[in-house]
This record gives sequence, C-alpha cells and structure tokens, in this order.
Amino acid sequence: METPVTGKKHRPITVQTRPMMNIKTKVLLKKILVYLLLIIVALGMLGPFLWLLSTALKSGHENIFSYPPKFIPESPTLGNFSRVMDAFPFWTYLMNSTIVGFFTVLLNVLFCSFAAYPLARMNFKGKNIIFILIISTMMIPFQLLMIPIYILSLDLGLKNTYAGLILPHATTAFGIFLMRQAFITIPYELDESARMDGANSFQIWWRILLPLVKPSVVTLAIFTFVMAWGDFLWPLIILDDQKMYTLPLGLNALTGLFSADWRLIAAGSVISVLPIIIFFLILQRYFIKGATSGAVKG
Amino acid sequence: MKQNVLTPYLFLLPGCVILGAFIFYPLLQAIWLSFTDYNMITDPAFTGTENYQRLFEDGMFWKTLIQTLIYLVGVVPALIILPIFLAILVNQKLKGIGFFRSAYYIPVVTSWVVVGITWEWVYAEKGVLNYLLEVVGLINGSVHWLTSEKTALFAVMAVTVWKGLGYYMVIYLAGLQSIPSNLYEAAEIDGANKWQQTIRITIPMLMPSIIIVTVMSSIAAMKVFEEIYIMTGGGPLNSSKTLVFYIYQEAFEKLNMGYASAAGVVLFLITLIFSIVNLKLMGKKENVA
Repeated sequence: METPVTGKKHRPITVQTRPMMNIKTKVLLKKILVYLLLIIVALGMLGPFLWLLSTALKSGHENIFSYPPKFIPESPTLGNFSRVMDAFPFWTYLMNSTIVGFFTVLLNVLFCSFAAYPLARMNFKGKNIIFILIISTMMIPFQLLMIPIYILSLDLGLKNTYAGLILPHATTAFGIFLMRQAFITIPYELDESARMDGANSFQIWWRILLPLVKPSVVTLAIFTFVMAWGDFLWPLIILDDQKMYTLPLGLNALTGLFSADWRLIAAGSVISVLPIIIFFLILQRYFIKGATSGAVKG
Repeated sequence: MKQNVLTPYLFLLPGCVILGAFIFYPLLQAIWLSFTDYNMITDPAFTGTENYQRLFEDGMFWKTLIQTLIYLVGVVPALIILPIFLAILVNQKLKGIGFFRSAYYIPVVTSWVVVGITWEWVYAEKGVLNYLLEVVGLINGSVHWLTSEKTALFAVMAVTVWKGLGYYMVIYLAGLQSIPSNLYEAAEIDGANKWQQTIRITIPMLMPSIIIVTVMSSIAAMKVFEEIYIMTGGGPLNSSKTLVFYIYQEAFEKLNMGYASAAGVVLFLITLIFSIVNLKLMGKKENVA
C-alpha cells in the first residue's frame, strides 16, 4: 500500500484504474436500479389512471372486457368524451365546484389570517383560552357534527345553496394555526414603526404583514382548494338538487346512471379529474410545502 | 403603540363566528341529541342514556366498529412504513426526480370518487389486477375483490393505502431533509453500510415524523367513509361497513338523528384519545425545540 510510486509507473496505474472502473459501473448499475424502482412505483401509482384513460379511449365496437386486458385501444376515439359531455352537465358541475372552491378559499384566507393576527402579535385578555379553543376544534370529527350542521343548515335555508356548501368550511383551525405561525416569525419592530407612522391595526395587517406571509397564504389557499374540491360527504348530505352538484357528486350520479357503460364512466372520470391535476402540476412545489406545514399541526 | 382594547376581538370575530356556529354549537347539540329520540319531524324527546344502551346491544354497531378497527390496524402500519421507503427513494439527487415525486402525489389530490371508480375498474372480475395476479401465478381464476365478503374490506384498505402513500411520503421527505448529513458521513467513516445507516440513523431521526404520521393516519382511518360508500356501499352483506357509514345511514337514510349522534359521540371519544396522545407527544417535541 505504502510502496513508493516513483519508478514503477505502470503498476500503480492499473491498480488504480481497476477499482475506479468497478466503482463507476457500480454507480451506474445502482442508478439504473434506482430508476427501475422509481418507474415501477410510478406505474403502480399512475397505472390505474392510465388503464381508465385507455378504457375511455376505446371505441364502441371494441370489447373492453377482453381477457387478457388490452392496454392500447385498437382504434382510439374521443367519441366517449363527447357522448359523456352530452349526457353529463360537466360545465355546470365544473362551475359549481369552482365557485365553491373559490369562495371557500377566499373566506378561509381572510378569516384565518384575520384571526391569526391578534393571536400572533397582540396581547389581550383571554388570548390563551381563545387559542386553545380554536386548536381544540381540530379534534372534533366532522362526522359527529354533520347531523347538527345539517339541521342548522335546514333552519338557515342553506339546503341546495352555495352558502350551504361553503360556510361550514369557511374557517379552519388548521388555517388559523398556519397563519399564526407565519405571522410570529415577522420582526415585531415592523408593527411598531408602522404604528409610529400612524398606521392602524387593519393597515398593518393588510399592507405590512399579509404581503410578508404570501407563501403561507398560497399554501393555505391550495390546501383549502383541494379539500373543497374533493369534498364528498357534506355535499352528499346538503344537496339533492342535481343542478347544484359539484364534480364528485355529479360523477357519482353518473356511475349510477350508466352503471353498465364503463366507457362513459371512464370518460367522465377522466374529464372531471383533469382540472385538479392541471392545478396540481402548476402549483406542485407549494403542495410539498403545505403537506409539511400540515404535519407540524399534527 | 397603544391599540384599541376591542381591536384583537374584532379581528377574531369572523373566524370565531364560523367556528362557533359550525363546530362548537353543533358539538353541544350533537351531545344533547345523543340523549334524545329525534327523527326531524317531531321535536327531540329526552330519553336519557337509552341510545347508548341500545348501541351497546346493537350487533350492527359492534360489527361496524370492529370493522373500522380492522381497517385501522391494516391501514395504519402500511401508511407508517411504506412511505418511509418511498421518501428515501425520492430523496435522491437524480434527474427527473421531481416528476416521480409528483407522480406519487397525484392520487392524493384526486377526489375519492375518481379514485373509487378507477379502482373498481382495476378490481373488475376480468380486470387488470386479476389478470396480472394470474400471470404471476398468485391466484387461480378471477377473484371478486369488491363483491366477496372475504375480500371487500381488504380491497378498499389497499386503495386507502395507495391513495395515502404520497401524502405521508412528503411528510417523511421533509423529515429526511432535516437530518444533518454529517451523521451519515460519520457513520460511513465508521464503516456502516447503507442498511445500517437507515436503521441506526434515518429511522430514529425520523421519529417525530413517524409519530405525526401514526396519529394522522389513525384518526383518518377511524373516519373512513368515502372509499366505502363509492366502492362497496358497505357490502356485500355489510362486510365492509364502517362506523361512519353506519352513522351516515342511521342519520340520513333512517333519520334516527339521536341514535346516530350517540354513535358519533363514541367516534369522537375514540379519536379524542388519539388526539390527546398526539398533543402529549407534540408538546414534548415543542419543549425540546
């Protein structure tokens, strides 16, 4: 090992290259293995969706129950999509889902960051007890509350209304907690100097604090949106008018309507999943951030 | 610097009105209803603990509670362990790793209705799953995954795990990225191989994330409803009916609001235990920080 290298030029080089080559091939092999694993898992995660897409693209004369199953459609067609668009008021459902998602997000961002501001940056009587009460709501399952909320919503005339879909989810303890954590990190001197300049609390909140916590606002908005978009149980309870259906409910009704026609069900599913997938792909880096802040809250 | 005494309360007002109207008030009402007989037509009639006594003797309540616990015992360990490996897998600096992270997360953002339909089709009698398993030689002839009493609950459990993998993977990924790399360097110098590093460094350092995932997935498992409603409807012969499904049916199909509320209170008490454990563990962590 410690033999002098000088003079014996040839040997040390070969001794050195051989392990170098080994390491290189080892690294390459490992890389191939890792990619192989990544692809296999990806097939597991996306495969079911691709199988659905393949079914949606199969034409009427092709047997979709063929065994072994065929992944590539014989003569791909978009006919199922136009047929399902005729039978299924996709645009109405999309609009309902968008309205519910938009206002749920708007109210959450407003109300949660309103409530978080004094909790993070002011001293007042009852602060701790209010904070504990807010956080404790995270422990109460909606499935217990849905019965009284349903009764309350009937009393308030919220059945089959957008307000009925939006209001019960218009503020979440998770959102207040997330915004409070964001506000806490901002140096307190900012408030003080703004106050010296004559700004009132609302102006401080709107002009100074809110712009500084934009990433948290985006995180809150995205998580609220996905929650509102995919919600099924509450719309199922509060809606019985098909015109008010959100996408999940509409799609669920579609499966009842066309229980035998898997091409149409598949096409309907593909159509209704597209908006959220596009939304996710555009904003994906915030999702990763949001899931971790969700984890902090537990 | 002096602010109006009312200012903080004004900021708190809108959010607290919503939480009060849609959480605290309903909570009290649910507890009150659980001691009454109420069918939405006549006024609630106070019946004391009768609902709870009936629950105790109700075979279907126990069946759904036990099935929910089976569900929890099956789903939670899988959701604790599998995403750790996924997170390690996608925590490498490789070209295109962002694509794989996103791909694994797509089932998380997809609504349960679409996921349910997708898997009904995968599970179909002459579907992809039966075909693949037959090719590998694991099964002989088609399995009726969602329509057989023996498999329905487990088939839905598998989908729950599949849909949750990406979510918990991201939580672990954040945990992994906060582990100081010099720990691994030191271990390498000491001659520890990758597997030893995973067991001795990664897993212990991930403990906070593991606790979070355990609590979150347990609470979610207790509340399982959508996947059951969409994929099996609780069947066949109630073999996949869970507690929340039972509450839903009692309340909104049979209008037994009082009785369903009592079952809801039981659900609440069980999830409360998980939450308290969570708070205790989180509290410990916060004290350290």
